[in-house]
Amino acid sequence: MITGAQALVNGLRDQGVSVCFGYPGVAIAPFYDCLAQQTEIRHILVRTEQSAGHAASGYARMTGKPGVCITTSGPGATNLMTALATAYADSVPLIAITGQVSSQLLGHDVFQEVDTTGTAEAFVKYSYLVKNAADIPRIIKEAFYIANSGRKGPVLIDVPVDIQKSSFKEYEPGEINLRGYKPYTKGNSVQITKILKLLDKAKHPLICVGGGVILGDAISEVRQFAEKTNIPVVSTMMGIGVMPKNHPLYFGMLGSNGKPYANRAVLKSDVMVIVGARVADRAITTPNNVEKNTTIIHIDIDTAEIGKNMGFTIPLVGDAKYIFGEMLEKSAEGNHKEWIEELQEIKKSCVDPRVFHDEYVNPCRFVQILSDKMDDNAVYVADVGQNQMWSADNYITKRGRFLTTGGQGTMGYSIPAAIGAKLSDENRQVVAVCGDGGFQMSMMELGTMRQHHVPIKIVIIQNNYLGLVREYQHKTYHDRYMAVSLEGSPDFEKIAEAYGMPYYYLEKNEDIEKTVDEFLAEKGAALMVCRVYELDQVKG
Amino acid sequence: MRGIFSVTVENRSGVLSKIAGLFARRGFNIEQLTVGETDDPTVSSITIVSEGDDRTMEQIEKQLNKQIDVIKVRHLNALHSIEREGVIIKVNYTRSNRLDIMEICSVIGAKIVYMGTQSLVIEYFGEPEMVQSLLLNLRPMGIQEVARTGELALQKEQK
Ligand SMILES: Cc1ncc(C[n+]2csc(CCOP(=O)(O)OP(=O)(O)O)c2C)c(N)n1
Ligand SMILES: [Mg+2]
Repeated sequence: MITGAQALVNGLRDQGVSVCFGYPGVAIAPFYDCLAQQTEIRHILVRTEQSAGHAASGYARMTGKPGVCITTSGPGATNLMTALATAYADSVPLIAITGQVSSQLLGHDVFQEVDTTGTAEAFVKYSYLVKNAADIPRIIKEAFYIANSGRKGPVLIDVPVDIQKSSFKEYEPGEINLRGYKPYTKGNSVQITKILKLLDKAKHPLICVGGGVILGDAISEVRQFAEKTNIPVVSTMMGIGVMPKNHPLYFGMLGSNGKPYANRAVLKSDVMVIVGARVADRAITTPNNVEKNTTIIHIDIDTAEIGKNMGFTIPLVGDAKYIFGEMLEKSAEGNHKEWIEELQEIKKSCVDPRVFHDEYVNPCRFVQILSDKMDDNAVYVADVGQNQMWSADNYITKRGRFLTTGGQGTMGYSIPAAIGAKLSDENRQVVAVCGDGGFQMSMMELGTMRQHHVPIKIVIIQNNYLGLVREYQHKTYHDRYMAVSLEGSPDFEKIAEAYGMPYYYLEKNEDIEKTVDEFLAEKGAALMVCRVYELDQVKG
Repeated sequence: MRGIFSVTVENRSGVLSKIAGLFARRGFNIEQLTVGETDDPTVSSITIVSEGDDRTMEQIEKQLNKQIDVIKVRHLNALHSIEREGVIIKVNYTRSNRLDIMEICSVIGAKIVYMGTQSLVIEYFGEPEMVQSLLLNLRPMGIQEVARTGELALQKEQK
């Protein structure tokens, strides 16, 4: 005989889970009691459930396997929702296991009951409300498969506490039989040939890469294809890291917060291949203008993305790694010398109108130096706000990873996600860079880091404002500032001290190199405040 | 444009709410929704009538297909499908409108299935357009209540 709770733990172990992130409560107590009786799965106690989800997300993005997070029912589950929505928008595979009140009490509004599966419906790929303990082995197997195949995403398993306690005979996952789910499409070869012909004829071809290229493990195929055919590349925010920053074919991040020359390249292109991107409003603000002059080829694993935000496109549904592998093999070498030169001219002519106050640290320079000095394979986790834009804009790509939340822009993501990333590979250097606002949304996770010895580095870009919103109020409401001052922030040095972390303070441009060197050389966790001018802008 | 989607889904609890939620969330119209079992007890059939431009219709079909509990989606068009609707109508019945009601029923092929002293119940099953016209013609008599199945649809043999 085996209980539902044991089956959950067995299922996780069968899927090769070695770390999970969670927060206990009575409705998930039987599961925790089973965790207590084994050693294969390590549990990281976070300080709020949202962080469990974000940490699982950082872990998943580094390992390519679903990250696992666990909460109790009611408030535990609702605290997790933001993280589920964040992962869903960024197509990150998660398994969320939530405790639930006893099945016979469901619907009676008893203590700590919420309709968890109903609440999460709009931002999970799939969900289960378990009615029978004997179904658990199959459900776990299916959930991992669903989360990590096709377009990836979070899967929720809500388990009433009586089901966790009830016993059944035999642990037998059986075969996965999901007749309505066929996530694997390679990519139609006729369509691939057609696309290659179009690109061959194009005078101003362009490739726009999105996060799907990273999720689909297609970076090297896409890069090699661009190099062989000499087609310039732009990126969405989630696609940062596909192309090295200084690559001669790379023309930066597009979109309302991106490089003007990347947007000009989009408008001037005659054939554009969009791969693994939703082409949402922040990336292409005026899709209608682009559609008029450009033939758009949209490659995505998710059919429903194609034609959702852009009108007429030439669709190609399938796996980016396979498709670009094929295209690489079948394509002829290309030469777009004039077009590339034209783009380089445009790039040169785009002068940055911003003046950064030299009294404090120039955030652009700081990010360049920091990312350059980080290990080649380091992980840079950017939070949300002006700091995110400065990071995205100036991060120097080598062999490392740039993680951020593009789909939801969830403040407070970076620290828990960095914890998850670090736990995926203790040998990798992991740095979280956040604003002074975002930091205070996840500050409590310093406790998690201390308890579980997670030596990540945290940089706070301090401007004493919710900077991105302040910048918006500056432009839109003529400096009528409302609710953007962060007066009352704590003394970050004392916070560092309270958690036993070394502290660095940087406020002069000439000190960047030295301070960053010392900061990165710290063996354990460390906190740095990088003071920037309060009114520095993302846009000129 | 009107579109009819004939969707087969896993017969599990919560599936209908997933489908309805999808329509609500994405701002797709539901004009009519019919749910029933099929001859396979593990499969249910849902017929949805919606309204929107071509792009919306395409998105509806794709988003439905994306649902893991959806087994198959057919976007039906009138030429290639059989569409039917059933209705029962309770209508005021007086000596003076009696002949009119009988005439309407016999022209359309509807049946009187209950006769009280002041009301009649009429049943009809046929093309959705005829259901509309039956209702339209009975309206002057004073309709008390109506219950409709919603549109049902099946694809014809494929050539
Ligand atoms: C959870 C959440 N709440 C609100 C917002 C809206 N928002 C976007 S950027 C921003 C300001 C961020 O301030 P800070 O973390 O200090 O970063 P800065 O812009 O100053 O670099 C806010 C409030 C958000 N993205 N996420
Ligand atoms: Mg700030």
